[in-house]
Amino acid sequence: MPGIEDLYREIILDHYRTPRNRGELAPPAVYAEGNNPLCGDDIRVYLDVVDGVVRDVKFSGQGCSISQSSTSMMTVAVKGKTIEEVRAFVRRFKHMMTLSEDGETVDQSIKLGDIEALQGVVKFPVRIKCATLGWNTLLEGLDEATK
Amino acid sequence: MAGANSVLDAAAIRREFPVLTSEINGKPVVYLDSANTSQKPNVVIDAMTTFMRESYAPINRSAYTLAASATEKYEGARAAMAKFINANSTNEIVFTKNATEALNLIAYSWGRANLKRGDVVVLTHMEHHANIVPWQMLQQERGIELRWVPLTSDFQLDLSSLPTLLAGAKVFSFTAMSNVLGTINPVEKLCAAAHAAGALAIVDACQSVPHSPTDVRALGADFAMFSSHKMCGPSGVGVLWGREALLEAMPPFLGGGNMISEVRLDGFKCAELPAKFEAGTPPITEVVGLGAAVEYLNGVGMANIRQHEIAMSSYVLEMLTSRFGDDITIHGPRNPELRGSTFSFAFRGIHPHDLSQVLDQSNVCVRAGHHCAKPLMKIIGANATARASFYLYNTTQDADALADALDSASDIF
Repeated sequence: MPGIEDLYREIILDHYRTPRNRGELAPPAVYAEGNNPLCGDDIRVYLDVVDGVVRDVKFSGQGCSISQSSTSMMTVAVKGKTIEEVRAFVRRFKHMMTLSEDGETVDQSIKLGDIEALQGVVKFPVRIKCATLGWNTLLEGLDEATK
Repeated sequence: MAGANSVLDAAAIRREFPVLTSEINGKPVVYLDSANTSQKPNVVIDAMTTFMRESYAPINRSAYTLAASATEKYEGARAAMAKFINANSTNEIVFTKNATEALNLIAYSWGRANLKRGDVVVLTHMEHHANIVPWQMLQQERGIELRWVPLTSDFQLDLSSLPTLLAGAKVFSFTAMSNVLGTINPVEKLCAAAHAAGALAIVDACQSVPHSPTDVRALGADFAMFSSHKMCGPSGVGVLWGREALLEAMPPFLGGGNMISEVRLDGFKCAELPAKFEAGTPPITEVVGLGAAVEYLNGVGMANIRQHEIAMSSYVLEMLTSRFGDDITIHGPRNPELRGSTFSFAFRGIHPHDLSQVLDQSNVCVRAGHHCAKPLMKIIGANATARASFYLYNTTQDADALADALDSASDIF
């Protein structure tokens, strides 16, 4: 049985206690909503995309430490990236979470930094959904922004 | 039993349940999720394996000895169930997949035959999804109106609005006990109120039948339903009880073998009750297992189980409050006589999902989430709660193990 310390790494608890980029963005920023029916968590990711670049990103909602910290780290990572860079980054993250789709190309050279701390979640399969909630919501937000 | 004024030897009962005597990583299992599903005693497991090893055969359709004996065992379980809840006859006991299917059966069969646009069905804010969604499906399909009995601040149904809500209603469908709050509802009074308004009384008895004596005639209900897996029996089978005249008048639900007396190219005739509502080969082994569970529960005594759970509730409420004070919020009644031994709680701002993960390190099994009652969660202002639920095999040591594990959760967050 994996130890609880594999799950609750210090950097994860830090983002949980002190989430970055928490809040909302007014239009013309867009947002997407995601929820985890397993545990009742819900989350909103706000995106301000200008000229194909994520200029600002914020999130709101309720969730467990894993979903909240994962989303917080995600916002830090994607701010300032182009939409294509963000999508490649999400693919890299989901690959680490063992969620790559068949035939998907993943750029292994992309560095995840602090986000690698979430790799421990893979040992707790029930919690993978918590870790990816914010990221899937981000993808929906990107779809909304590029409509 | 130390610390709780119980009439049961729960420690001895516990030894009859293999999962409860097992260990994970060298530590005992502390199972506090029986409101979700209960563990199974050896007598149920043995009855099912013996049946499959020695007596398994189809029921109701073959003449040979083995089939006749299987049919006898299947129908024997029905007779035991009828007696267990004091039904008028075995014709009133329909085996379904679970209580959810039984509620869908009522909404589909009775509902489509009797409800039209504008007809009123009254539900309560305490219901779990199985007693909400089938009615919402009818609402979408034919425009029935749903009304809701609200809660009081002390987690009871607010009966002051009941006469107004029931005025002109065709159905009042409610839970006997909340699977989130633990609140035990005044079922007889609610059935009487429904009938006074000319409405049908449907009792979701999932959380009450496994935990206290049940007399469907005394309740005055029209339909009641519950699941085997919450009462020491196997999953895959549930019970719909209904007054015979009502079941008789209803159109069938699922069509197929066993539920017909005649099929021609130009139509069919239904079988007599209860086969009319049991299409296809039923969960034969599971029904036999449920029969063994009924016998087991009778042996322990349902009144004893209720007394034990009142004692457990007293202990749990006092112990958690004295150890954690305001750091723990229990969403439910404080009086052990008015509640079952199911406790939803919030603890030191730790998200329930994180809490259950940390408790799992001590093999303390609690449910975290919305408990299939999302509207109620919204009303009590929680997205999710952790829930610990106790049954006949739980001891005060289990409650203490929960509290110790809660302490260790505080260390992490």
